[in-house]
Amino acid sequence: MRKSRISPFRSGRANAWLFASALLIFTAACGKKTPVAPPPPPPAATAPTATPQERPSITFTAEPSSIEKGQSAMLRWQVANATEFSIDNGVGPVGSSGQRQVYPEGTTTYTLSATGPGGSEKKSVTVNVSSAPPPPPPPAASNETSVDIINRDVKDIYFDYDKNDIRDDARAVLTTNAQVLKKVFASDSTITVNVEGNCDERGSAEYNVALGDRRATAAKEFLVQLGVPAERLKTISYGKEKPVCTDASESCYQQNRHDHFAPAAQ
Amino acid sequence: MKQHSTLLAFFKNSRFAVLFSAAVSLFAQGGRNIISIDSAQRPAIAVPDFRGSGDAQNQMSAFNSTLFSSLQDSGQFTMTPKTVMPLHVPQQPADFRGGMQGYSLPDWSGPPVSTNYLAFGYTAVTNGQLVLYGWLFDVRQANASSAQVLGKVYTGTLDEAGARSVAQQFAADILKNFGATGLVGTKIYFTSDRTGHKEIWSMDYDGSNQKQLTFYKNISTFPVVSADGTKLAFMTYANGRPQIFVHSLITGRKLPYYNQSASMNAPSDFTPDSQHLVIYSTAGSSYSQIYMTNVDGGGLRRIGSSRSPEVEPKVNPKNGSVLAFVSGRSGFPQLYTMNSDGLDVSRLTSGEGEAVNPSWNPDGQHIAFAWTRGFEPGNYNIFVMDVASREFQQLTHGEGRCENPVWAPDGIHLVYSSKRGRTSEIWTMLADGTAKRQLTTQGNNEKPVWAKPSN
Repeated sequence: MRKSRISPFRSGRANAWLFASALLIFTAACGKKTPVAPPPPPPAATAPTATPQERPSITFTAEPSSIEKGQSAMLRWQVANATEFSIDNGVGPVGSSGQRQVYPEGTTTYTLSATGPGGSEKKSVTVNVSSAPPPPPPPAASNETSVDIINRDVKDIYFDYDKNDIRDDARAVLTTNAQVLKKVFASDSTITVNVEGNCDERGSAEYNVALGDRRATAAKEFLVQLGVPAERLKTISYGKEKPVCTDASESCYQQNRHDHFAPAAQ
Repeated sequence: MKQHSTLLAFFKNSRFAVLFSAAVSLFAQGGRNIISIDSAQRPAIAVPDFRGSGDAQNQMSAFNSTLFSSLQDSGQFTMTPKTVMPLHVPQQPADFRGGMQGYSLPDWSGPPVSTNYLAFGYTAVTNGQLVLYGWLFDVRQANASSAQVLGKVYTGTLDEAGARSVAQQFAADILKNFGATGLVGTKIYFTSDRTGHKEIWSMDYDGSNQKQLTFYKNISTFPVVSADGTKLAFMTYANGRPQIFVHSLITGRKLPYYNQSASMNAPSDFTPDSQHLVIYSTAGSSYSQIYMTNVDGGGLRRIGSSRSPEVEPKVNPKNGSVLAFVSGRSGFPQLYTMNSDGLDVSRLTSGEGEAVNPSWNPDGQHIAFAWTRGFEPGNYNIFVMDVASREFQQLTHGEGRCENPVWAPDGIHLVYSSKRGRTSEIWTMLADGTAKRQLTTQGNNEKPVWAKPSN
């Protein structure tokens, strides 16, 4: 019951991450569509030299040569002694020099073909693409469930024998508990807290059910005074039926004279 | 106000007609027993071992121990030691023909036996059944023909259970001759964790026949049984919070009971007419307070009001308009009484220590309870108090933590729990603190109540 109420919340968080990732990819895809600056005009035609017709020379690089999926690489080239230039794999005709950002989906070899009076020349570069790593782990705080936060940050309070008064030490603890609970309740509408009142073994079982109820109610009233919504707090007395220890010693008795704050599904 | 008139009607309609033995007298003087089972007034009875013919002999160990303990535990007799009995024990009235030692009445009435009554007889197998021929003789009479008080034939199954049963029936008939109700047929209900969960169990008054009644696998405790023996109420966390469940003891099934929408509801007692339940609940206050409801949970009515926890209301069986209860209104819990309209609140205990677990004697004049008076918190002992004079007497001393005394229907026995070492067990005793007997051994056993047979 408790799990099934919590899990929608967890999958909701996972959806948020998917959405964020999708947004990132979408943004990257937009980059691809940004109109590429037109290639610079071809250099001024130099007077053709009659002799000799040199073959095209090509400088062609990819920076970086290894990327992760979704990242880009920059192709740069400089070609001499050619009049036609093109790069395959969707880049198309280019100028004699230039650069182009590419977003290969997988490892791709780009080949620049240059043709000039002296003949044709080709040069290839390969961009290695590795698959994307898992999304980075979310910051620690945001991975916690409300149950985790309550279990960690909402502390038990302790009572004197046969008393349900909130002691000074319990007052400080409840003040902190109230801050934590207000924050958790504000961000998570599915969670409630059972204030469980407990007693040591010395009183009668019958009286302790009533005393434990008073202890739970006293803590609830204190928390409500500090602004914790009353409808999110339920009280349950276990009397002396759920001891955390069973020794006949004051330290054990004190441990058992407590309120525990147990997270529960709404 | 409806309940108020009902309460007054209890007095008239009460089915409590407990017979008191002449041997029981009440003392409230200093140093005397509050409830005295005066041994000088108790008749002496000799209960020699019975023999069985043929296959019946195999069951005689169970028979003899049951007969002896039923009569001894009744508190009605001084048991004549078997060691002083004559060599020859009569098995039928015809044996009183003299001749051998034991075959004449003075052999029993005179020294060293010096008894008043002799229970004797034998068993045999007839048509596959165990048959008991039992007699009770007043051995102080002049001759056998005038000595017979009781002579009866009893039939049971030919096994240990049958042997115990015929012994109990014979003991019950003997007790009736002395005006005592006896304990045969009465049952003790209690909480046991021997399965790993606190559940409600029942057993015969002598600890035999222990049976599990609830199977909620949670925390189920605080059993109470209606005076007519037909209904069991208890508190359980089966639905998450402490609530009242009512079961039929006839069918064993759960009966409808409407629980108040409250953080806690706990049953404490049925009214003497078995038509209402007295409970404590946070239904109308942030403190546990006392209420009365119908047996189905309807007709809620608050009794009294205070700004302190109030628990364990118990209705006086003779005067249903008076309740005993436990309140923290003066500090540590103490015993109080009040009228069913919440007025005339009166504290019974001195304010020392913690006084809890009141139980009314069927006479409506005495209360047994647990008190830490003179001890550290948690160190409870069993006390009895004369409500009119407030005189009290301590019945347990250095026997561990003793709690939850509840009177037997005979008004002279108490059942209670005693925790010696690590486990709590159920014990019985006479109301003068004698004849203590342990009834349970497995797991922790607590919260006993003693109920009349349901019929």
